[in-house]
Amino acid sequence: MYRSHVLVCGGTGCTSSGSQQIMETLKAEIEKNGLTEEVSVVQTGCHGLCALGPIMIIYPDATFYSMVKVEDIPEIVSEHLLKGRVVTRLLYNETVTPAGNVKALIDTDFYKKQHRIALRNCGIINPEVIEEYIGTGGYEALGKVLTEMTPDDVIQCLLDSGLRGRGGGGFPTGLKWKLAKQNDADQKYVCCNADEGDPGAFMDRSVLEGDPHAVLEAMAIAGYAIGASQGYIYVRAEYPIAVERLKIAINQAREMELLGSNIFGSDFSFDIDLRLGAGAFVCGEETALMTSIEGNRGEPRPRPPFPAQKGLFGKPTILNNVETYANIPQIILHGAEWFASMGTEKSKGTKVFALGGKIHNTGLVEIPMGTTLREVIEEIGGGIPGGKKFKAAQTGGPSGGCIPAEHFDIPIDYDNLISIGSMMGSGGLIVMDEDDCMVDIAKFFLEFTVEESCGKCTPCRVGTKRMLEILTKITKGQATMEDLDKLEELCYYIKENSLCGLGQTAPNPVLSTLRFFRDEYEAHIKEKRCPAGVCKALLSYRIDAEKCRGCTLCARNCPNNAITGTVRNPHVIDQDKCIKCGACMEKCKFGAIYKK
Amino acid sequence: MKSLEELRAIRERMQSQVSMRAEDHNHTRVVVGMATCGIASGARPVLTKLSSLVQEKNLTDKISVTQTGCIGLCQYEPIVEVMEPGKQKITYIKMTPEKAEEVLERHLIGGHIVEEYTLSGADIK
Repeated sequence: MYRSHVLVCGGTGCTSSGSQQIMETLKAEIEKNGLTEEVSVVQTGCHGLCALGPIMIIYPDATFYSMVKVEDIPEIVSEHLLKGRVVTRLLYNETVTPAGNVKALIDTDFYKKQHRIALRNCGIINPEVIEEYIGTGGYEALGKVLTEMTPDDVIQCLLDSGLRGRGGGGFPTGLKWKLAKQNDADQKYVCCNADEGDPGAFMDRSVLEGDPHAVLEAMAIAGYAIGASQGYIYVRAEYPIAVERLKIAINQAREMELLGSNIFGSDFSFDIDLRLGAGAFVCGEETALMTSIEGNRGEPRPRPPFPAQKGLFGKPTILNNVETYANIPQIILHGAEWFASMGTEKSKGTKVFALGGKIHNTGLVEIPMGTTLREVIEEIGGGIPGGKKFKAAQTGGPSGGCIPAEHFDIPIDYDNLISIGSMMGSGGLIVMDEDDCMVDIAKFFLEFTVEESCGKCTPCRVGTKRMLEILTKITKGQATMEDLDKLEELCYYIKENSLCGLGQTAPNPVLSTLRFFRDEYEAHIKEKRCPAGVCKALLSYRIDAEKCRGCTLCARNCPNNAITGTVRNPHVIDQDKCIKCGACMEKCKFGAIYKK
Repeated sequence: MKSLEELRAIRERMQSQVSMRAEDHNHTRVVVGMATCGIASGARPVLTKLSSLVQEKNLTDKISVTQTGCIGLCQYEPIVEVMEPGKQKITYIKMTPEKAEEVLERHLIGGHIVEEYTLSGADIK
């Protein structure tokens, strides 16, 4: 038996910062010190604090080491594991009190306000060992459903819990299942949407990497509830770690007969297969996803008929997102009331957000619905680096919008976000400060949708392209106020006439920035000025002759030889040659170069 | 998996392993001094004995066994400290695996301090 467990994060974030080598060195070092029988090394999923990776936690002390390097391993093993002395310099600084004592991770600002349901096992168990999942109560919900509950009981439980789809739309999950159950058919399907495509969002990836069995268990529960015997997980091929762990998980579940025929001795049989997506954003749309599983080009089809009537292969189908599934076993085990006791009136439970952009704690957080944006950004996220001012938070990715500072105290839930022109989306939350240009942000998301539009319907294919052209004109200072009106008109036209969700929501980033930051658009058009100093065509670098000492450093660093001047005399930038790279401004020691 | 009993058997076997990774303020902490002095006087077998017993008896959700550095009483090593929430710390000295088992049975499970092994109770003069 092991007296100590060393958990090393094996999520995508920490893997890319070298956690695999750390694990190997750790195992070798433990062996060298003769601790193989006493200390176990466990690879886990994401802990959430990706910014501090690679992360290592040593239990039972719950010591949290961050930014661990391979060179640190011998010290950790000989000091901590052998002699019981904490390696203070590697501790996550939030876990050290001013008096120098170590406090528990759950008491730090980052974790204190979080409530982990979907992420409960991420960073705790080894996702490649099914017994560890079972050890935390895994597959108990499936057992309960199959031995004690009728399909209607299961659906009623979900309806009562108030769980809504975590993929973005927020459709009540129980209702979706109910509709699919009502339709009689010889075959029905349960699908899992793991085609997470929003820029900056990685909640689903982390759940699949950290706790894949939770999704399998929930899909089997769904199969029992609607009367399906086959499930498909549609996961993007760009998530190699998630795909690998899913494969392992499915095989283990089959070996233990938690997937297959007559599960728990009942007459219910269920199996799951993987389908890899090639990374098209539109395949996250439910009808396009099913078309892609069928082996066709991933294009959406008109609804109705809805998937609950005619879905995959023309059969009744339910499609839920990864995070939605991850909540379900817990709802079955703890009851609908437990889940409904968290959150706001119409949005129950918790939501996982991927924090990114201008924020200290980049990473993954799970918060109860109704937490305010301020709490998420300032307390959990640790605020904005460099003392900069908060400008906006982008939620919902290319389908969402920007929330300005005036709505900083809005409780986050589905309906509140829609009321201010954004949406929950799948949970990407990108923080922007005073140095971000809102027109440029809108343009970024439009570039994304233009690229990802499947081309089937004209409003989306042509309309988004025209919108991008207008936005490009604005950022270059060539647009007129008529262009702005045309842009707005196009937004509404595309929203109303597109075939699927991709086109219907594509104008949202523009509409929401127009609503809250119209002055920035107007500054670009009327004054030919970019207030944040981002749009290159609208700014110029200049040298303050008073401050310039003529050190020639800028001239030597200019990649385009645009700066001229002699030693000890003020230099000048040739505006025709300047490519606006900003290298001179970075190098100047006297602060003589400024942007205008 | 043909029955819930089968599942529960696996769960029970794994639970003591996994629940070691919980953070709970109500844990009783058992700390073994594992500096050079402790190791030299035989703290390692004491630590592994305690850790194994706690897991075998499925007590990891209540008791965590950890190690610490030198407490400063090198002549009394191996030292085991028991910290129960809301109670005073009890320091056991000159421990052996056998004594440790007794402490676990009588103190941690039974609730009676084993006076003759404690720093204040032992005959050390």
